[in-house]
Amino acid sequence: MWTLLRNSMLVFRKDFRLEFRSRFALNAIGLFAVISLSAISFSIGALRVKPPILSALLWVVIFFSAMSGLAHIFVREEEQQTADTLRLLTQPVTVFLGKWLFNVILLLALEIVIVPLFVIFLDVSGINWGTFIPVIILGSVALSTISTIIAAIIAQTSNRGALFAVLTFPLAVPVLRSAIQGSWTALEGGGLTACISDLQILFSFSVVIFTASILLFDFIWRR
Amino acid sequence: MTPTVTRITADGIYKQFHVRRVLKGISFTVEKGQSVVITGPNGSGKSTLIKILSGLLRPSKGTVQYFNGNSPRQPTELLPAIGLVSPYLQLYPDLTAKEHLEFFGKMRGISQPFQKGLQLMAQFGLKGREADLIKTYSSGMLQRMKYVLALLHQPAVLFVDEPSANLDEEGKETVYALIREYKHDHIVILATNEPQEIQLGDIRVDVTAQ
Repeated sequence: MWTLLRNSMLVFRKDFRLEFRSRFALNAIGLFAVISLSAISFSIGALRVKPPILSALLWVVIFFSAMSGLAHIFVREEEQQTADTLRLLTQPVTVFLGKWLFNVILLLALEIVIVPLFVIFLDVSGINWGTFIPVIILGSVALSTISTIIAAIIAQTSNRGALFAVLTFPLAVPVLRSAIQGSWTALEGGGLTACISDLQILFSFSVVIFTASILLFDFIWRR
Repeated sequence: MTPTVTRITADGIYKQFHVRRVLKGISFTVEKGQSVVITGPNGSGKSTLIKILSGLLRPSKGTVQYFNGNSPRQPTELLPAIGLVSPYLQLYPDLTAKEHLEFFGKMRGISQPFQKGLQLMAQFGLKGREADLIKTYSSGMLQRMKYVLALLHQPAVLFVDEPSANLDEEGKETVYALIREYKHDHIVILATNEPQEIQLGDIRVDVTAQ
């Protein structure tokens, strides 16, 4: 168990170092989020948009931002032909854990930028942050978990870009539905109890997808 | 600690990619202290066989078993026992040699991998280049670095696909001397067509002759 955790952290640190030097995923996700939020802001203009629409817009931006960069964690290994090097170094489960952790932290870190921009650009007020933050965190963890396992699958195909969003979307529908619903409640100033069922769905879905990914990853990773 | 492997048995290895059959029933046994040289023309499946023997690829049919005593194990169960040098096995361009040594060494549970790696880097003529990014290395230096990383944990089984690829004469001599010495206490499996390298093998496996 100790070896598994140690090797997962080594994979995470290696990917963090590589991302810090190339900044590919960071730039892709960050720039997509900023540009799309700016575009939405210009389109809406001075209109006062209601919480249901605001909530949906926020998660559309987060979903497509994630689609623009989270696959890179596995695609880079295949494109640079380093995947076999990693296959020889450690067991599949440690690779998945390291890369999952990287995607979760990357998306959460970018949301520290995306959410304030969303609030500023769309002139959002009256948010219950005590509800909003747990929804954002659990929604992002669920989205990162789905993205990581789908990224591992599509990295071994030739038509990677298009496939990633197409394969991720059906799995992400329950996550997006609950995250939009939960954010809507928070944007209207509702408390945690008002969206507890959405948080439960997000948490449960993350656990199910994470467990299934751990069980399936060996078949996906080994050729 | 690196696991010991005393014998490798390949039994009836077949590999088919879609309709193209590459390997047709390869079988051999190699004991500790012996070396195998895999030969065959370009595209005949030498690299595919190396991938199957090292656990990187599943065979369509047949088995590869590693033995320590009488208990058979799969190659994927004994990853720390394997070292592989190959043109298709790439290093991370944006990591330095030192970072590679630490990543590879710690993954294999080696204490102070950098100190051990420095000795190997000096042996392979890479002294003083440990702080450089791998993308600044020439193809010959890259091949030398692959040897350093494959030997860092003193694997029980060393696979080398195209041993002298991109190496100059001095580099080739270093590698040939290393293989001659290494096979005394370990298992070495080479894939090559170079006459000088074929002589390094005790057992010859021709992938087209099966």
